[in-house]
Amino acid sequence: MKLTRRTALLGGAGISIISRAGRAEKKYSTGVTDTEIKVGQTMPYSGNASAYGVAGRNQAAYFRMLNETQGGINGRKINFISLDDGYSPPKTVELARQLVERDQVFCLFYPLGTQTNTAIHKYMNQKKVPQLFVASGASKWGDPKEFPWTMGWQPDYHTEGSIYGKHILTTKPDAKIGILRQNDDMGVDYMSGFREGLTEKVKKNVVAEVSYEATDPTVDSQILQLRNSGADVFFEITTPKFAAQAIKKVAEIGWKPVHYLVSVAASVGAVMRPAGVENGQGIITAQYLKDVTDPKWDDEPDVKEWRAFMAKWNPAANVLEGSNVSSYAAVHGFVHVLKQCGDELTRENLMRQAANIKDLTVPLMLPGVKVNTSPTDFYPLQSLQMARFEGDHWVLFGEMLSLDNKA
Amino acid sequence: MAAITDSWATRGRPGWIVILFWGLLAALPLAGLFTNDPSFDYYMFMGQAMLINAIAILGLNLLIGFNGQISLGHSAFFAVGAYTAAILMNFAGFPYWTTLPIAAVICFGAGFLFGFPALKLEGHYLALATFTLAIAVPQLLKYKLIAPWTGGVGGLILDKPDPPEVLKLSPDQYLYYLCLVVAMLAFWIVRNMLRGRSGRAMMAIRDHAMAAATMGINTARYKTVTFGISAGITGVAGALSGITVAYVAPDSFTLQLAVSFLVGLVVGGIASLPGCIVGGAFIVLIQNSSQSISDWMKVTFSLRYDVPAWAIYGVLLILLMYFMPRGIMGGIETLWLRVTNRKEASS
Repeated sequence: MKLTRRTALLGGAGISIISRAGRAEKKYSTGVTDTEIKVGQTMPYSGNASAYGVAGRNQAAYFRMLNETQGGINGRKINFISLDDGYSPPKTVELARQLVERDQVFCLFYPLGTQTNTAIHKYMNQKKVPQLFVASGASKWGDPKEFPWTMGWQPDYHTEGSIYGKHILTTKPDAKIGILRQNDDMGVDYMSGFREGLTEKVKKNVVAEVSYEATDPTVDSQILQLRNSGADVFFEITTPKFAAQAIKKVAEIGWKPVHYLVSVAASVGAVMRPAGVENGQGIITAQYLKDVTDPKWDDEPDVKEWRAFMAKWNPAANVLEGSNVSSYAAVHGFVHVLKQCGDELTRENLMRQAANIKDLTVPLMLPGVKVNTSPTDFYPLQSLQMARFEGDHWVLFGEMLSLDNKA
Repeated sequence: MAAITDSWATRGRPGWIVILFWGLLAALPLAGLFTNDPSFDYYMFMGQAMLINAIAILGLNLLIGFNGQISLGHSAFFAVGAYTAAILMNFAGFPYWTTLPIAAVICFGAGFLFGFPALKLEGHYLALATFTLAIAVPQLLKYKLIAPWTGGVGGLILDKPDPPEVLKLSPDQYLYYLCLVVAMLAFWIVRNMLRGRSGRAMMAIRDHAMAAATMGINTARYKTVTFGISAGITGVAGALSGITVAYVAPDSFTLQLAVSFLVGLVVGGIASLPGCIVGGAFIVLIQNSSQSISDWMKVTFSLRYDVPAWAIYGVLLILLMYFMPRGIMGGIETLWLRVTNRKEASS
């Protein structure tokens, strides 16, 4: 056959039709088959941060439920491999390599910890394997230019810190501020946001900043030091155990500052009750998740569904632990992205879909909190609402503070 | 158990087994030529981790096994070595391989200085004193004044070295060879030292310090220098770890690391050189396999709850200690002696 321009055109059109049809068909990356999606995770089930391991167990239970009751996602079961890194960065590197190179997972989902994820940040991006919805509040996970394969999830500590700073700036500009912070990356991130929120003018009002180590037995002496500095505002950047101690001690010595507590530690079950609810009255925090101990939410369908899920699929867990709530919300975000991918389950498409979430509502989030991302905005959650502890639960006040579209 | 003498460490020439063994380790990366297994580089990385642990345990073994001083703080020297490499590479632009001898020297110094107060302490008291090192160092690394150098809590991210192009190796194969060469060098040095006068002096101090002193051995000097050499070797392992993982952070060097060295040492066999390699491989493999056993049990017996991987780890350790109280190498030696009709038992 003589090759004319017309046949060439026809042929070209034919090829493009075929290739378009091909695109509508199934397209997989490593770790995906017609019946299975392999998902990896690193989680501190042992070691200093083993309390967070609750999150991985809860998500494993969720995937099990999904596989057994709904046959997975679009007919593909989730093969969830969650490994214990003991919160040690070299171990995380080893396990991430095992997951990517030996187990051939499709992506990592909700790997937990800041140092541990920092250790694999570069590696995951070199390998072009998604490190999706990192379970850490550090602000470095939202850098699509340098690290297009990594995305965070929860509102970052920097954003939250700046909300407290702004609140003090507007409500009590002459405050004398005393700060207690954990000596780690979380403390540093909160502080930088807090200072930014306070602006230059008020920064000098910080009269005392003391720190403690996560391995310390108590923070009693730090609290005394802060009171003696004459502070009348107390900003507490702590983890649950220390938050409970601090709240108790503040009440014990009769110090009555305006008390801010970071959301990481604002758990009713793990902090406010052990510290004594009467000691915690008036404490201010910021939230993006529903406080499931608050009877106000009891009739909400998502809370009911969550309770039923916990009772049936994860009965060993303590429902008062905040990680059971946050990990449940995150897994819904992930399932949403997987569903959006349809049959084009490639790593590229996974990141593309993760970076195109518009106004997604996820169970257990406060009304008004929406997940939003774009190719330049890798911070899925950036809305928080302030809350005050009254009676035996948190009472929301003010409006939803949204800092979306931060570059 | 005063007279543990390691026949392999003190024998005249390196036996054919030793030569064969190192040759085998050196040949392993060549398997990459015949396999298309995508996880091959991962296995090379595991090999690096095993060799690094083996070197660290070698350092510890010199101190505990051959000199009788107990240390729970070798994670501290490991950390100093790792940070030395990281800081030199990151801020001073040193090539990665030059940081190894520097880390050795700095850790030798640190260990030597720590050896002086350690002289006053014996046995359990020394263990406690070194324990404080393991606790203190991760916190000191976060200290504000040095945070600009150590990266504080965030740690330091490094560039993985590229292999020279003429070698045609993948980065992981190359780093494996780097670890292997350093390991061979370290084992060779230690072996030669143990065979000589200094080695005999070290072991004499371990077996009976007073008798050793009576024979004219300067026990104080030997103890401090041994502490220094031990710390130096472990520091080199730390530097290698920093280079291969390409990231150092305070959380990498917790007390758990020190304990895992000790576990590797005891499991491999105290005062046994090949035991160091066995121990190094053991601590890398055991954690992963206990996780696999846990998963396997859960699936096979369709359990509703997880079997804690660390409990399995504990059970495995107890079983091992019960059946091989002198560690794996000790167990093999006992077996060997039984097989050869205790010919050597009397000698």
